[in-house]
Amino acid sequence: MSAAMAAVSPAADTLLNVERLTMRFGGLIAINDVSFVAKRRQITGIIGPNGAGKTTLFNCITGFYKPTVGRLTLHGDAGHTYLLEQMDGFRIGQKARVARTFQNIRLFTGMSVLENLMVAQHNKLMLASGYTVLGLFGWPSFRRAERDARDKAVHWLEKTRLIGVADQPAGSLPYGDQRRLEIARAMCTDPIMLCLDEPAAGLNPRESADLNSLLLSIRDEFGIGLLLIEHDMSVVMGISDHIVVLDYGRKIAEGTPLDIRNDPAVIRAYLGEDGQE
Amino acid sequence: MTAVPSTSAPLVIQAAKEAAWTILVVGLLSFLMVGYQTEVLQGQQMSFVNRFGDVIWAMVLIPIGRFLLVLARGGLLLPPAVLGGIATLYLFGAAVLGLAGSPLYGQLPLPYDQPMVNAIFGVGAVFILAAAIKGQRDRRRGAQTLEMREAAEARQARIARNMSSILGPILIVLAIVIPWTPWGDRAVVDSLVLVMTYVMLGWGLNIVVGLAGLLDLGYVAFYAVGAYTYAKLSIALGFTFWESLPIAGALAALFGVLLGFPVLRLRGDYLAIVTLGFGEIIRIVLINWQSFTGGPNGLGNITRIDFFGLPFERNPAPGTESFHTFFGLEFASTHRVFFLYYVIIVLALITNFVTIRLRKMPIGRAWEALREDETACRALGINPTNTKLTAFAIGAMFAGFAGSFFAARQGFVSPESFTFIESAVILAIVVLGGMGSQVGVALAALLLIGLPEVLRDLSLYRMLVFGGVMVLIMLWRPKGLLAYREPTLLLHGRRKRNKAGVQS
Amino acid sequence: MEWLFELFHQVNYELPKFVQFLIVGLTLGSIYGLIAIGYTMVYGIIGMINFAHGDIYMIGAFQAMIVLLICGTLGISWVPLQLLLMLVVAVALTAAYGWSVERIAYRPLRGTQRLAPLISAIGMSIFLQNYVQLVQGPRPKPVEPVISGGVTVLTRADGFVAQLGYLQIVIVLLTVALMAGFTLLITRTSLGRAQRACEQDMKMASLLGVNVDRTISLTFVMGAGLAAVAGMMVTLYWGNNDFHMGFNAGIKAFTAAVLGGIGSLPGAMLGGVLIGLIEAFWSGYFTAEYKDVAAFSILVLVLIFRPTGLLGRPEVEKV
Repeated sequence: MSAAMAAVSPAADTLLNVERLTMRFGGLIAINDVSFVAKRRQITGIIGPNGAGKTTLFNCITGFYKPTVGRLTLHGDAGHTYLLEQMDGFRIGQKARVARTFQNIRLFTGMSVLENLMVAQHNKLMLASGYTVLGLFGWPSFRRAERDARDKAVHWLEKTRLIGVADQPAGSLPYGDQRRLEIARAMCTDPIMLCLDEPAAGLNPRESADLNSLLLSIRDEFGIGLLLIEHDMSVVMGISDHIVVLDYGRKIAEGTPLDIRNDPAVIRAYLGEDGQE
Repeated sequence: MTAVPSTSAPLVIQAAKEAAWTILVVGLLSFLMVGYQTEVLQGQQMSFVNRFGDVIWAMVLIPIGRFLLVLARGGLLLPPAVLGGIATLYLFGAAVLGLAGSPLYGQLPLPYDQPMVNAIFGVGAVFILAAAIKGQRDRRRGAQTLEMREAAEARQARIARNMSSILGPILIVLAIVIPWTPWGDRAVVDSLVLVMTYVMLGWGLNIVVGLAGLLDLGYVAFYAVGAYTYAKLSIALGFTFWESLPIAGALAALFGVLLGFPVLRLRGDYLAIVTLGFGEIIRIVLINWQSFTGGPNGLGNITRIDFFGLPFERNPAPGTESFHTFFGLEFASTHRVFFLYYVIIVLALITNFVTIRLRKMPIGRAWEALREDETACRALGINPTNTKLTAFAIGAMFAGFAGSFFAARQGFVSPESFTFIESAVILAIVVLGGMGSQVGVALAALLLIGLPEVLRDLSLYRMLVFGGVMVLIMLWRPKGLLAYREPTLLLHGRRKRNKAGVQS
Repeated sequence: MEWLFELFHQVNYELPKFVQFLIVGLTLGSIYGLIAIGYTMVYGIIGMINFAHGDIYMIGAFQAMIVLLICGTLGISWVPLQLLLMLVVAVALTAAYGWSVERIAYRPLRGTQRLAPLISAIGMSIFLQNYVQLVQGPRPKPVEPVISGGVTVLTRADGFVAQLGYLQIVIVLLTVALMAGFTLLITRTSLGRAQRACEQDMKMASLLGVNVDRTISLTFVMGAGLAAVAGMMVTLYWGNNDFHMGFNAGIKAFTAAVLGGIGSLPGAMLGGVLIGLIEAFWSGYFTAEYKDVAAFSILVLVLIFRPTGLLGRPEVEKV
């Protein structure tokens, strides 16, 4: 345990520092004493068999669950640090600027694609509209902010090749488009960290390759850190800079994709050589 | 058509089975409730009058109707259509004669003495006729595929959108000119004032239910707050309507925030019961706080509405002007009614305008997003509690304005006007209209409030018909009269979007 | 030791009143609980608030009353037989109302938007009230007490008597028996299993061969039957039926269902008893006018601290 602690020393480009995170549901320990560091301009992959606690980890980071024990430190821009475990769910998106996508896509299905991206810029627009009061009277600064928001949405629509369906209800898009839209929506919040929960699930190989290049370009162009849960090994191994492996709520390995590929503990966890249930 | 005989044999058997089952059910339903009419005699004794004839008729007519309905739905056209058509004409015709007081009514062989009861059975006959036509159409089209159903839905949405864009302006123009047409007599305009009040309430509640997706069953409480605020301000402090209007709105909004703050965390139907409870609490307090609210008798002698300082009085106090003296007109009681009418139209249109603007604001989009998925909203950094509170407060504010208007119109307020049924009716207006559709809400208000006004003569049957119509509209259009959603902003404009829709 | 004696004296003095309120509260609570089960079962299975349920209870009360009157004209005066006839006939005929309401107003709306059945239910409630007003007249119907008398539980020096009426015993015992039978029905029979399956996942249940329509129909039939029992009890207890009586009782029972945790059968009963006790004690010690305010306020308080009610399963957020 103390070795794990020592390994976690915040460096200059540390984005998220997870320290001794534990999450209990009644008697079930979903995450058990997990520590790792995610860095800026890096894609940190999180893998592990089903039920390893990956999504629970995300829910702790994005404030949907309050961790039982542990500390989650986010090193924001300009030296601000946020203790995520102490923040309300929505403030993590608003203040700490951590964005996420969901394993089972959660779009605003009845609203148009463009509107989904406008909703993502809510806090900025809300401020520009003078908490609606100025906006009601068509204040110029609000109109400008609205136009900027639209431009940003258009930028992401082009990047995700959804520009042609911008006015259609989000729920009417095919599955792969919905996945990309969810990423575009998360990026419209101007995050410094993006958490992706199985973004390649249900995609065909071509779409999955597309996704890889999208994620890489997000990393390189915006300099943000990505946290990626994925089962599709071609995605994880192909684009991750660093991989954390969870099994039964514990971290069993950590390292570069090459290290992980050859790690006996990981192979055991996936293939179950020693006959664990 | 040649295929009909071969498929209709099992259909007839199925219909006969259904009819037999219906005989049993109708018998169970009506045997005691209709067959034994209890009557209270003097000295608190009870006895009953047997009306087994009515029971038997129901047990004959309803199963026949059911039989024909099953046939009609199975795609058989002629027998149900012909019989349904004849029954419709006969029962309705007779009912009209009866309601008009024609002596002929007594000579017609009819199942029931009451014209209205015959008319209700006539509605059943209309149902059969409609089902026969619809069944025939479905049959001709063959089995529906998923694509066809989606296309049909898209077509309906387009029709709803076009209807709204045409109907909206027409309704506004009609509303404005109707007092000056030959139909615009005092009674009609008076009823329309009531309708417009509910249109405004419907638009106000639409913000809460239609946009933000919060089920509020106690909306009438804010209406009451507005009404009593004006009543108290007018009686105790001598405020005029115009002075107290903003105060009433602000106070109602404050109540909205006070109620909303602790309970808006609750999900869906838990929120519904709490808002219902809040509505009841307000009503109970109004009844029991004698010294402040006047108790069950309410508050009277509220200053009636004036024309920006000029009262509508026949004999103004010496040295003051009245509306008709100032403009040099003959005194007429219609002046006030007409003025009230235009005031409520302006108030309602302001509500409408603000709602339409709000929808395109960040807050409006956040409301709709919350309705769709609260979890995703939180992940995007939207504060759910504050967003819901604003919806609640703004909705309450409009109810407060409407309540203040109500008090100014009536001249008195009492708790009786603010019962749960009012909340239910306003909610029904929103849902029947098609949630989120402004024109739909106006139509539903016209239907639900206008209909009982038209049926005022049928006193006993009025609310029966009202409840029945509510059920029937919901069955006919489960999504509401005009259900469609227009995006709050378009990238490509409408024409291009339709084209893109065709391509994809 | 003086103060202890004083306290004992005080308690001794207050006890009869307390016991009396307790008895009244339990009786009322049994009635609310029986109605609440109808709300909670329907909510559990199709997730709708059945606003017409209060009116079903009202119809149950009317039918029980009519049976009692018919017994009078037929010369049946043996009380147990009267009660049995009221129970059987009222339950059977009211169940038909429950079935019909679901069949006509709710079933065609299954799978459409969430609020459609709610509005349909409100319309049905208005319809049923006015239907009863039409066929039975608007005046309240007085019913003469069938079971009177009781046992004295406690007597106070100044003559106040805490009495446990025979009728109250019947009501509470009948409720307990029904609850026991009902719990067996839900936990042990295939119908109960089908019902719980539909609660969990209606589509999956139907794929596995559960007749969903029938299960839902039976849920309404059972709910209406229990409401009829409550209606019969109220007919015997207050003996003053009118077409509007379902509204208040319905709201109270719905509150009870939510308080106990909507969807939970023991919760409905617990909620009913709690609402009954709150009403009885509040009316007894404070003012009867504000008893409903007390009931609703306690509901709000409970929901703030336990958002899914007392015995409701806490909602685990799946993201």
